[in-house]
Amino acid sequence: MNKHFFGDAAVLTRRSLKHVTRSMDTIITTAVTPVAMMLLFVYVFGGAIDTGSTEPYVGYLLPGILLITIASGISYTAYRLFTDMQAGILERFQSMPIARSGVLWAHVLTSLVANFASLVIVVGVALIMGFRTGANLGAWLAVAGILLLFTLALTWVAVIPGLTAKTVGGAGAFSYPLIFLPFISSAFVPTDSMPGPVRWFAENQPVTPIVNAMRDLFTSQPVGSAIWVALAWCVGILVVAFAFSMAIYRRKIS
Amino acid sequence: MRTQLAPAIHVQGLKKSFKTLEVLRGVNFDVAPGSIFALLGSNGAGKTTVIRILSTLLKADAGTVRVNGFDVAKQSANVRESFSLTGQFAAVDEILSGRENLVLIAQLRHLKNPGAVADTLLERFGLTEAAGRKVWTYSGGMRRRLDIAMSLIGNPPVIFLDEPTTGLDPQARIEVWQTVKELATNGTTVLLTTQYLDEAEQLADRIAILHQGRIIVNGTLDELKKLLPPAKVEYVEKQPTLEEVFFAIVGDDGKDANADQK
Repeated sequence: MNKHFFGDAAVLTRRSLKHVTRSMDTIITTAVTPVAMMLLFVYVFGGAIDTGSTEPYVGYLLPGILLITIASGISYTAYRLFTDMQAGILERFQSMPIARSGVLWAHVLTSLVANFASLVIVVGVALIMGFRTGANLGAWLAVAGILLLFTLALTWVAVIPGLTAKTVGGAGAFSYPLIFLPFISSAFVPTDSMPGPVRWFAENQPVTPIVNAMRDLFTSQPVGSAIWVALAWCVGILVVAFAFSMAIYRRKIS
Repeated sequence: MRTQLAPAIHVQGLKKSFKTLEVLRGVNFDVAPGSIFALLGSNGAGKTTVIRILSTLLKADAGTVRVNGFDVAKQSANVRESFSLTGQFAAVDEILSGRENLVLIAQLRHLKNPGAVADTLLERFGLTEAAGRKVWTYSGGMRRRLDIAMSLIGNPPVIFLDEPTTGLDPQARIEVWQTVKELATNGTTVLLTTQYLDEAEQLADRIAILHQGRIIVNGTLDELKKLLPPAKVEYVEKQPTLEEVFFAIVGDDGKDANADQK
């Protein structure tokens, strides 16, 4: 590893964070869609949904909404990376004696910070809407850890279109299916109510164990095996996406 | 005297193809330290490909390329310490201010006092007043000046300029020319590509013409002129060029754009 890796990555992260703080709208727009969905599901559909629990629906819904927030937030990472490539500034960095992978890590760290800010907004709105949890500090840290890992994994997924897209639209479009994934999971309704094949998909895709683990942590239930399946999914996506991104990046800069 | 030193840039038998398209078919040239070398060629001649290989952004298929004595394939880290690239399009960060752009590069070059380095360059390139403004508000000429200023940070011994004046207005063009001349005076080796013949004529110590993947001519301006039959003496009434008219009306010959700041 280049001896300047951490220093260079820190300088580049600071630069990339300025892009976020100078367009705070990106944090707001990331939070707007999930918040709107939360309002819609709690105040319109929520009354008709039977979760089999006595807790307010907003608490049932929140873990899935947080995943949707991340899925929409990471599209900005793809966008910022794409813009850097277009502007030629990425080539300038690569032609300099710096740790080259620091350029990607800067975008990834920025994504973690920006998504964290959006998540705080969404949790804040949920609290206003009546979300209450008896979770202790440990449980909160566990939820934060899961969200962090999920953001990290999806951000590396976002790096792939960021590096390979031909148009701005293409760089952002990949996130739509990711935003949609929580709908076919236990995020909004219990999976028991779904017909066979849909239920099978819902129970075997990554969102369901992640949502279930967070829900158990918020409601102070024992988390059981869900959390291990959740972590396995996150780490699996992370490793595969990281390997792909680095391979594409190395080929790009030859 | 200069020719006795090891060349600052050495290119021998350089080949590069993209799929079936042979872009470079055995390019050879040397650039003496502290000189200005112009690579001339029409669009698509492969000038940018040469620059990208020299600046370690692209791998060659065959040939030897050395920058400042280091092999681009085997010693790319040393090569990247030795040069600075100013690409065809100004590679600046639009969302940062001019000063922040310079500080960023100074930090990435691990210099001691990034702020002071930035201020010196802002002064030198007449950008002090615009220092705090976001770069997206800059004109094309200002952007290019900032771009070149960013390339000078850390005083690399070799500078690559890929079509440095394409898309600039005549005044900005003359400003860039002056900067390039100053660089060479201070001992920096400059390799520039251009499609403007007058630019090569104005700036370069040596000119090479890249055509169909090969260097077909390489020499000083005088040597190149000798390739043609001797000039005949004719008497013609000299019409002003459009450039002279432009500067006469605008009231600025551009040459003292920097001079009045000194």
